[in-house]
Amino acid sequence: MTGTAPSPSSRYPAGGAAFPHKDLTGISELAPWQILYLLDEAEQWVTLNRQPTKHVDALAGLTIINAFFENSTRTLLSFEIAGKRLGADVVNMHAAQSSVKKGETLIDTATTLNAMRADAIVIRHASSGAVRLIADKVDCPVLNAGDGRHEHPTQALLDALTMRQWLRGRGLEEFNGLKVAICGDILHSRVARSNMLLLSALGAEVRVCAPPALMPAAIERMRVTPFLNFDEAIDGVDVVMMLRLQNERMSGPFIPSAREYRHLYGLTLERLARAAPHALVMHPGPMNRGVEIDSNVADMIERSAITRQVEMGVAIRMACLDVLTRRARRVDGWALS
Amino acid sequence: MRPLPPLTITGGRLLTGSGEPCSGTIRCEGDRIVAVGDVTAQDGDRTYDAKGKLVMPGLIDLGVFEIDKPAFHFGGVTRAALMPDQNPPLDYPARVRFAASYGKPDFWVHPIAAATKGMEGNELPELGMMQQAGARAVSSGRKWIGDSGVMLRVLQYAAMLGLPFIAHAEDAGLAGDAVATDGEIATRLGLSSAPAEAEALAVTRDIALAEIAGAHLHIRQVTTAGALDIVRAAKDRGARVTCGVTPAHFMLSDIAVNGFLTFARLSPPLRAESDRQAVLAALSDGTIDVIASGHDPRGPEDKRLPFADAAPGMAGAETLLPLTLGLVRDGVIDLPRACELLCANPAAILGVPAGKLEAGLEADIAIVDADKPWIVSSDRMAAQAGNTPFDKQPVQGRAIALFKGGMEIED
Repeated sequence: MTGTAPSPSSRYPAGGAAFPHKDLTGISELAPWQILYLLDEAEQWVTLNRQPTKHVDALAGLTIINAFFENSTRTLLSFEIAGKRLGADVVNMHAAQSSVKKGETLIDTATTLNAMRADAIVIRHASSGAVRLIADKVDCPVLNAGDGRHEHPTQALLDALTMRQWLRGRGLEEFNGLKVAICGDILHSRVARSNMLLLSALGAEVRVCAPPALMPAAIERMRVTPFLNFDEAIDGVDVVMMLRLQNERMSGPFIPSAREYRHLYGLTLERLARAAPHALVMHPGPMNRGVEIDSNVADMIERSAITRQVEMGVAIRMACLDVLTRRARRVDGWALS
Repeated sequence: MRPLPPLTITGGRLLTGSGEPCSGTIRCEGDRIVAVGDVTAQDGDRTYDAKGKLVMPGLIDLGVFEIDKPAFHFGGVTRAALMPDQNPPLDYPARVRFAASYGKPDFWVHPIAAATKGMEGNELPELGMMQQAGARAVSSGRKWIGDSGVMLRVLQYAAMLGLPFIAHAEDAGLAGDAVATDGEIATRLGLSSAPAEAEALAVTRDIALAEIAGAHLHIRQVTTAGALDIVRAAKDRGARVTCGVTPAHFMLSDIAVNGFLTFARLSPPLRAESDRQAVLAALSDGTIDVIASGHDPRGPEDKRLPFADAAPGMAGAETLLPLTLGLVRDGVIDLPRACELLCANPAAILGVPAGKLEAGLEADIAIVDADKPWIVSSDRMAAQAGNTPFDKQPVQGRAIALFKGGMEIED
């Protein structure tokens, strides 16, 4: 396992044609087979990460900048670990330390990072579309680590990898027909958008559930079924994906109280009983325990995939960094002529 | 300065503002039109051979945010009503007086007075003195006055002075921090959005209050099917309501925002295709009275930002005429109606002696090649900034000469 030799598979076009994108700014840009390609690529990193020595030199000599204009702990850590395990030099740029606070525009920041000859830039930003804006201005690959309410593609990929491993554990491989309920603050959630796009692209039946004020308009146009009633939404589903209430993104009253929210939309043991007996519980974290999810559900070893999602996150991010830097590294079949 | 000799424009098709275009001559003395139709040039007249082109009144752009003379002249605009949300706002007589004199002599600015001090929505400014200083209307600018009591008092005062109130139709509480219209595009892009009904609610309230006050309410932009129905019903019962729209809202729907294109970040935001179709129908049936450019050029500092952080607005003066002529070619409206929408109606709302080719009115005249093809280019616009969502779009129609008060404008 070197990381420099992509795992060959007859399921995909050869070399760079297998993933023709410069950047990863959203699931909306990916064809279903490109999503599966990234999931397949991540498998080798899951294996590596479970070994005592978790390091390869695939990206040795490369510089990866994690430019986080919005606070993050777990996603930043996940990308940092992913880059370091691949042998890259990883630099973290926090908004508080950046010139953005001094009035520098996002495009100026992007061109500055570009001039520093970064080999990949990972961006998190509070504004939808900010990552696309930067990606268009820099030469190196740009990875979206969450932009506003828009997308969080690596989160959706890691969720899909978690689901697929779970399906395989049950002797199944297909997403086709899988019933997934995504519940909570859909309106403010980039995780929900990326997951809706990914799961519906792979043929899953996606239900979304939120109180009316947290349900985006025309959501049904994204090939999902909206529910206001949580009990109906999780009836018989294979996967229950809970979302955090994003109080920091809410201006004005969206719900009456956390207590009432838990009453109507919290995942309790009693409610989980409405899902399929084998149903998997997921949450992108961080959790508001006792609000959208009860501790006795979140901590169920046999049902909760929450810590496994974190594990898959590192593998997915390793896969994305590896795949997106192959052109610059002139990996066989990937270098541009 | 010695007065210019009289001007005679011959050989053109006159679009006077009353009826279909017809062959004829127009003669001006001083800054006024003195004869239209079957007249001949007299000895000593300056003459302009319009060679079969359209001869129409200079356009009057109702509700612009920037005095951008080159762009207006390019677009055949001779007068513009300036919105009060300037820096500082037009809430004081001296500021209004300065704005009114700013473009003269070759371009006339008609200031619109701020409806409340500092545009804050609380206190009445000196509307009467601002009227004497040159204000032709009153407006809350890009904001909506949320306090209905304040709004009623402003409308009553405006009615007493005979000034129209130019309203921004967006319920501020419902719109919140929205940058897009509720719908598939906003949801997919993760943009904060508000229901289109925010416009209908504002229109409903403002019409009700204007009827109480007996004021003339002009809604600067009506962009949704629901709000247009409300305006239509109000007009049917005889309310003093007029409304306008900009080409962006009859040419584009919210699909133009896809890809986070900040040039399509407008206020009100671009609407659903069904709303765009409703706007076209309202232009056709007479519900909409004015097409204006909403000229609000924004430089790269305001537009090269993430979509939600970018300032709303577009440069529109140069594309106002060709995009309206596009409606004529598409059969939505005819040429006389286009002339009403661009010239006569805005003149009537502002109460200025222009907007038609009639003896006694100001000699503001545009010579227009209605078929001249050209391509809109954001890189080569006359405007202060080229932020147009119509970049690279082929259009037809251009002012090839422009007269303000009988004086030809040389750019």
